[in-house]
Amino acid sequence: MGEKKRRALALLSGGLDSSLAIKLVQEQGIEVKALHFYTGFCITEFKRRTGQTKEDGSPYVNPAVKAAAQLQVPLEIVDISDEYYNVVINPKYGYGKNVNPCVDCRIMMLRKAKEIMEKEGYDFIVTGEVLYQRPMSQTPERLKLIEKEAGLEGLILRPLSAKVLPPTIPEKEGWVDRSKLLGIKGRSRKVQIELAKKYGLDYEQPAGGCCYLTDETYAARFKEAYAVEGIITRDDLILFAVGRHLRLPSGTKLIVARNQGEVNFLKGFKNRYGYAYRKDGKGTFALIKGNPTQEELQLIADIIARYSKREPAKVGININGQEIELIGTPPDDQFLEQFKIYAKKEVKHGH
Amino acid sequence: MDIKDIKADVVHDVTGTFCPVPLAELTAKMKEMEIGQVIELIADDPGSIEDVPAWCKSTGQEFLGMFEEDGEYHFFVKKVKEMK
Repeated sequence: MGEKKRRALALLSGGLDSSLAIKLVQEQGIEVKALHFYTGFCITEFKRRTGQTKEDGSPYVNPAVKAAAQLQVPLEIVDISDEYYNVVINPKYGYGKNVNPCVDCRIMMLRKAKEIMEKEGYDFIVTGEVLYQRPMSQTPERLKLIEKEAGLEGLILRPLSAKVLPPTIPEKEGWVDRSKLLGIKGRSRKVQIELAKKYGLDYEQPAGGCCYLTDETYAARFKEAYAVEGIITRDDLILFAVGRHLRLPSGTKLIVARNQGEVNFLKGFKNRYGYAYRKDGKGTFALIKGNPTQEELQLIADIIARYSKREPAKVGININGQEIELIGTPPDDQFLEQFKIYAKKEVKHGH
Repeated sequence: MDIKDIKADVVHDVTGTFCPVPLAELTAKMKEMEIGQVIELIADDPGSIEDVPAWCKSTGQEFLGMFEEDGEYHFFVKKVKEMK
């Protein structure tokens, strides 16, 4: 044919949709490089950091790494975690159901992709977006807005929904054959699951599943902290994902490790916050953020006793370098419930 | 040749970081390298044992091997093709 081989950059989360989008353009002879963005809010990373493993003891796998291996597509992982903080704290287009700033997030990733596209001579961008799959970021208006804000008008091909979207430059120019693309819309994943079978793709959890900003408990802690403290720090963004969180009446926050991995992880913050632990080392570890009252010091000791084998214990509490020792007695779980911050059942409606 | 005898052109330590950060670092470093050069990536995320060879395979770079020492993993990867 003598035609120049066209090259595309594809955004790959590792979910089924982005994998299929790549497969569909690969089938049309397009050379694809996959981009995966590290935002700092990655569940796989967090699980590994706290030493969690799958049931068989093997480490959790990043879905994008797995998908790229299956698709035989080069994978570039781009670290945007530094700049991402501002997106999470102050998203121009707001949050989704939890604290997921999906629209701003897409814009940021696509801007990054555009930079790489221009620098390395790619022709267009491919994403696994499906029209109306997500109410916040995947309406026709939002898809258009995202494209415009990223400076990529007409250059984002969405192979799964191409037939129900206006033709893009790659289609108009005949780089890809529009008739071979799909016209999926909505939340049902039936077509995708069929296609996964056809292509023999073994895929990870539903789309968006590797970002913990979509987690309900994470969002509950984020919103609660913002309401009570009026500020969210970088440490907070990390700590919302770890342990049990309890807010004491004075406004002091207690973060209690749930397992040895979390104990080790929280100990890494010892220099910046107060902390409490069972004196003999046979139990949990908690960070103390704030200035507990005298009575709350006893409550902290009791909480440590509760989450360390649920028995009375000597507890060390260190605040601003001053250590005191108290005997903690496990309180009733029902009594503790009032302090806990998580996504309580009643807010889970409509899921 | 023993893997420990490989002389890397670039040594990069990513200990303390977890997937996908080690691979992000590996990608960034390798993009700057010349074809034919070897990088030694030092990591302590046990998941890297699977990630690094899988990444090399999909990306078309040559995985030369690895060894473990004091809980740290040393991976050797040779850049055999452009990454643009």
